[in-house]
Amino acid sequence: MGFDWRWDFTFEILPRLLLATLNTLLAAGLGYAIAVVLGLVLALAQRTPSRVLTRAVREVVEFIRSTPLVLQIFFVYYVGPQFGIRLSPWTSGMIAIGLHYASYLSEVYRGGLESVPKGQWEAARALNFSTARTYFRIIIPQALPPSLAGMGNYLVGIFKDTPMLSVIGVAELMHTANAIGSESYRFLEPYTLVGVIFLLISLPTAALIRVFESWVRKKLGLI
Amino acid sequence: MSYFEYLAEFGPRFVDGTIITALQTVLAAVLAIFIAFVAGLMRMSPNPLIRGIATVYIEIFRGTSLLVQLYWIFFVLPLFGITLEKFTAGFVAVGMNLGAYGAELVRGGILSVPRGQWEAALALNMSPTKRMIRIIFPQALLNMLPPWGNLLIELLKGTALVSLISVSDLMFEAKQINSTTFLSIQAFGTALVIYYVMARFAITPFMRWLERFMSRKLGRA
Repeated sequence: MGFDWRWDFTFEILPRLLLATLNTLLAAGLGYAIAVVLGLVLALAQRTPSRVLTRAVREVVEFIRSTPLVLQIFFVYYVGPQFGIRLSPWTSGMIAIGLHYASYLSEVYRGGLESVPKGQWEAARALNFSTARTYFRIIIPQALPPSLAGMGNYLVGIFKDTPMLSVIGVAELMHTANAIGSESYRFLEPYTLVGVIFLLISLPTAALIRVFESWVRKKLGLI
Repeated sequence: MSYFEYLAEFGPRFVDGTIITALQTVLAAVLAIFIAFVAGLMRMSPNPLIRGIATVYIEIFRGTSLLVQLYWIFFVLPLFGITLEKFTAGFVAVGMNLGAYGAELVRGGILSVPRGQWEAALALNMSPTKRMIRIIFPQALLNMLPPWGNLLIELLKGTALVSLISVSDLMFEAKQINSTTFLSIQAFGTALVIYYVMARFAITPFMRWLERFMSRKLGRA
């Protein structure tokens, strides 16, 4: 039994882990920002009149959704150099995680967009709105509330998936914990602290998202 | 080297990796389904202590990352005297993580059975066990099958992480082959396609078949 929790060691490594938490949050935030925008592009691309485009985007989304993120991270990081493009761990990590979650979010948006009644389109057409204007002024604002729950889940999801970035050397929480572990040969404190930090962030965030969701619904007069 | 030569040379290793991945997926799925049912039913218990234990379990495993849990089980658990071999640690971590997600599906599935079914079973003087097994479960199972299909794909993807504790699964083989050949697009591309095929042409059709089979059994087809 080697179970002895050392508090002095805990307090020694805590600042390093908290600093790395900032990187984790940054990675999650950047990845999410990419995913939110790119996901909308992927969702809208599946609503164009072009059958070929719809089908192609659909297949790409399916492919990304059903393959492991960690493998995609490796793919993006290692495939570039084969063609003479060197991407930093941060860049390739953000591309991989952003793309992965974009494909998830595109499904959420698709559901939201499809939930907007057809009459809204017809009304916008009757008012001579352009397609772009109809989307941005009429359709997307109405598609947003039903998408919020899914978007919130994936915000927490992307946060929990950032440890995978450690495999290509992004200096986030897990990477730092690994480094501490291999320097000191103590794994109990760093890995446990990482777990606790994740819990302390993801549980309140999930709760806040629920509150935000009902606030938006109330604001829009949906309840 | 053409891609065919590449496959001729490394194909067997991809196959070996795929077998380990499939094995990990099946074992983790069995564990996840078991945990999901136990934790899901515990969540519905009238006893607050039992409910509390299940809630804590679910929140911990859903609130942290699979990778953190995997490392914790593999590196920290031995300090408590529980040493798991890497293969076991791999599917145990994946199964425990996805089981926590599955527990909510089980709960949702049971709650989705109409109230009248419970009342009818009660009126027929069925014991609680019999009511659960004969009346509630079959209907709940059918209702929760579609989300379970997604969860199993998540589980398959989750098993890729076991390569990080050196279980020689598909992901691990791809990494090894890549580090000897530096043909990254071939190594990781092939692995991606294999994962895709497993998800899309094995898990998805199986779940569809199961849905059809179950609904026929329940006379709903």
